[in-house]
Amino acid sequence: METIIQAAYFIVAVIFIVGLKQMSSPVTARRGILWAGAAMVTATLVTFLNPQIIDDNQAATNVGLIILAIAIGGGYAWWSGKRVAMTDMPQMIAMYNGMGGGAAAAIAAVELLDATSKASNSSSTIADVMGADIAVLGILGAIIGTISFSGSIIAWAKLDGRLNRSRLLPGQHFINAIIAIVTIGFAVSIYFSAGNLAPIVIFFSLALVLGIFITIPVGGADMPVIISLFNALTGLAVGFEGYVLGNAAMIIAGIVVGSAGSLLTHLMAVAMNRSVANVFFAGVGTETGATGDGGEQGEMKEIQAQDAGILMAFASQVVIIPGYGMAVAQAQHKIWELTQLLDDKGVSIKFAIHPVAGRMPGHMNVLLAEAGVPYDMIYDMEDINADFQTTTVALVIGANDVVNPSAKSDTSSPLYGMPILDAIDSDNVIVIKRGRGAGFSGVENPLFFADNTKMLFGDGQKAASELIQAVKELS
Amino acid sequence: MIEGLAALYIFMLAGFTGYEIISRVPVILHTPLMSGSNFVHGIVLVGAMIALGIAATPTEQIIGFFAVLLGAGNAVGGYVVTERMLEMFKSSDKGSEG
Repeated sequence: METIIQAAYFIVAVIFIVGLKQMSSPVTARRGILWAGAAMVTATLVTFLNPQIIDDNQAATNVGLIILAIAIGGGYAWWSGKRVAMTDMPQMIAMYNGMGGGAAAAIAAVELLDATSKASNSSSTIADVMGADIAVLGILGAIIGTISFSGSIIAWAKLDGRLNRSRLLPGQHFINAIIAIVTIGFAVSIYFSAGNLAPIVIFFSLALVLGIFITIPVGGADMPVIISLFNALTGLAVGFEGYVLGNAAMIIAGIVVGSAGSLLTHLMAVAMNRSVANVFFAGVGTETGATGDGGEQGEMKEIQAQDAGILMAFASQVVIIPGYGMAVAQAQHKIWELTQLLDDKGVSIKFAIHPVAGRMPGHMNVLLAEAGVPYDMIYDMEDINADFQTTTVALVIGANDVVNPSAKSDTSSPLYGMPILDAIDSDNVIVIKRGRGAGFSGVENPLFFADNTKMLFGDGQKAASELIQAVKELS
Repeated sequence: MIEGLAALYIFMLAGFTGYEIISRVPVILHTPLMSGSNFVHGIVLVGAMIALGIAATPTEQIIGFFAVLLGAGNAVGGYVVTERMLEMFKSSDKGSEG
């Protein structure tokens, strides 16, 4: 039986890796998640046959509890996952990730409690009872999992608009460092302890607080990096607890996610022109003097939807640059309708996506996909930037900082060095914007004052409807 | 059981595997892939089941219960949102009615 179970776990691990690999191409991605899902179900069912569970003297109670817990946790997650709006996806991922971290930490807690009672019975230390390697990785996984748990919950609350505070307490980093050091101190004392409960309780409490304190100062724009980092951390914690339990599937899946997640975190931070350390130690908006001095301003030139529609209908190529503002205004469906109309008129249309458009890399692609935009009309920044030279109209909707040319030219700008979409190279730029204010980062955008730029003020969805109307009237 | 040096090899190889998978992913799939990897570490459910399965005291049972509850939430929620996102990706070649 043991061999069959281990073989099943091995196959599950292989399918997870193949599934993740398939998710790296839009063509096979769907198949990848279906396979991985089947693997997860297999792993769960096989675990019920585990002799450690079946032969336990409380098997009946515990198996009942397992089924009940799966029903409640899985049922809630199914219900919430099915009804969450695509715009709210990032915080949902944060929440599910936090649950994973919490589960890993709870596994460690059960193992440590078990070892504690054994240690006090045999008057030896936890390290003796568990074995040095298992104790170290188990405790490490406990810290990481707990931080990921409480941190992800805070990230969820902030993205969901339930918690708006991103300010730094005086001496916040100092306090965090102290808590971190004390937490590690308790971790070491648990390792050498001879079956005391108190250090374990304090240890977990401190790690919870640490996760909260680390995440609270992080600014909204940096949240994707944090979520991705917690995702990687949860993976790591799962891998470590897998070692404690001697479960190969957990080790492999956990470490694969841990390393993939770390790389993804790094890629995101680079795309946003921030380092991961920078994200943690300076929240956007709490930095002093990060607003830039505006520089040379000028006059914004307004355009009416009617004229903008005509301009686009007779263009040879239109590039649409959507930002998170488009999603907030729920304008993506209107934009797709407009795209189809222009396409019928023979206009070549492309969508240009900045790596950090939306709340997470790729979030904008999901939002466009939801509206029905096929993925082969959507271009990454590197692939589209050269095309702006030959573009008649660049339509910017709900985006600001990602098309701000001062990121290239103005060394005093906080955006300086961030790669941008070169919308300014197009013959005409039309910017759909609510008002005249600065962008998310609070930095003025010279693009709005450029000679070839026209501003179309108004709500994204309403403006898009007016453009549709204008194009329709031409035929 | 996997122990000592063998585990170290597994850690290393799994680390490289994860790195390889991500380094070839187009940006358009980053969010679904983060969500997908979030689902994959839902395998923690298996460990949680074992932890609850071997729980001896009521305290351990309560904590183990939460472990399974949270693990199941991770696995099921991760699957549902990833599947929903990937379902929407389609090419314009094969019929693109929105």
